[in-house]
Amino acid sequence: MALAPADVLAGLKEIVEEVAGIAAASIELDKNFTEDLEVDSLSMVEVVVAAEERFGVKIPDEAVTDLVTVGDAVNFIVNAAK
Amino acid sequence: MIIKTSPTTNSAILSIGSYRPKRLVPNSEIIDRIESSDEWIQQRTGIESRRFAGPDETVITMAKAACESALKRANLTMADIDTLILSTISYPYQAPSAATELINELGNPKAAAFDISAACAGFCYGVGMASDLVRGGTSKNVLVVGVEKLSDFTDPDDRATAFIFADGAGAVVIGQSKEAKIGPTIWGSDADSRDAITFNPAYTEFRNAPDKGVAQLGWPNISQQGQTVFRWAVYSMSKVGLKALESAGLGVNDLDVFIPHQANIRIIETMVKEMNLPDSVLVADDIRVNGNTSAASIPLAMDVLLEKHPEMHGKLALLIGYGAGLVYAGQVVQLPPVP
Repeated sequence: MALAPADVLAGLKEIVEEVAGIAAASIELDKNFTEDLEVDSLSMVEVVVAAEERFGVKIPDEAVTDLVTVGDAVNFIVNAAK
Repeated sequence: MIIKTSPTTNSAILSIGSYRPKRLVPNSEIIDRIESSDEWIQQRTGIESRRFAGPDETVITMAKAACESALKRANLTMADIDTLILSTISYPYQAPSAATELINELGNPKAAAFDISAACAGFCYGVGMASDLVRGGTSKNVLVVGVEKLSDFTDPDDRATAFIFADGAGAVVIGQSKEAKIGPTIWGSDADSRDAITFNPAYTEFRNAPDKGVAQLGWPNISQQGQTVFRWAVYSMSKVGLKALESAGLGVNDLDVFIPHQANIRIIETMVKEMNLPDSVLVADDIRVNGNTSAASIPLAMDVLLEKHPEMHGKLALLIGYGAGLVYAGQVVQLPPVP
């Protein structure tokens, strides 16, 4: 099922806010998970698992290290859902 | 012809004992070699300190102290013990087993004794096997020991593991009971992820390349892929915990205590959330002061929890062990009575 990037971004904002306690307003496509949002490696796993459940996609461990920015995650999820 | 068998019975944890190495090692002693900080370690793992065994504190001496404590609390002697199951991944000999060395030291060299290699799941593997040995009538009283001296197999310069692993021993006596006080064991493997936690190189490498030696080959220290282990531990083990409860005919609201393997406080907290355990459940957090002691972590956490909360003697606890393999085992138990 195709997903709209805007919907994925909105969903990711909710997930990152819930997992890492970061205000959704500060979460944008160009933000770096580690450096800008201070999402550490274990919190990133929580974000990934929540995103898998929410969007019905698989994000393997080896792909997680490539998800540097929020935009990377949105692109991965949109492509995985095609 | 009908084959005669032993009468079946029920099983229970009769007592618990443990041994903690004397030396408490705060994060401040670890951080310089890995260019880290106390705050970083605590945030990632919850660990504030751990214990490292000294040269006089071996796998055998630590296990012996834990067993003697458990025996005393059960009002039993080694003459009452017919089986000893020892779980470790840090005993530095292939054979004879640590279990036979220990049973001899404890003064009953005739009892059945063997080691199991199930890493951080080893204690729960032992509890499951001991319970079934007692229930089936093969054994009457079983000592189950989890013991590790992981400081011998941890690289103090490895930024992924140096602050995690630690030393110690814990033991329970499992014996007969009128009522069932140990639920069914839910166990298994996820061996397709066996590379997630490893000890490399193999000992034979040192023989095959004597010119290289430890200096070039390195020592077979523990290494792990943190994110893979975290994901598996939280999301797969939560399901195992719920299944162990269900198989014992219980739900999360029946539970008093949760004692998972003490791997990382973040894993423990996320498991609690995933399993929807109510706030009334007391959750073991021995990881904070004593680090990750692999096979020893659950009995060590159980013993300290009962010291701090004596009202929990005889209450229902969910145990889950999980680790290198990847392997796992979990069961519901009634915690041992007041000694």
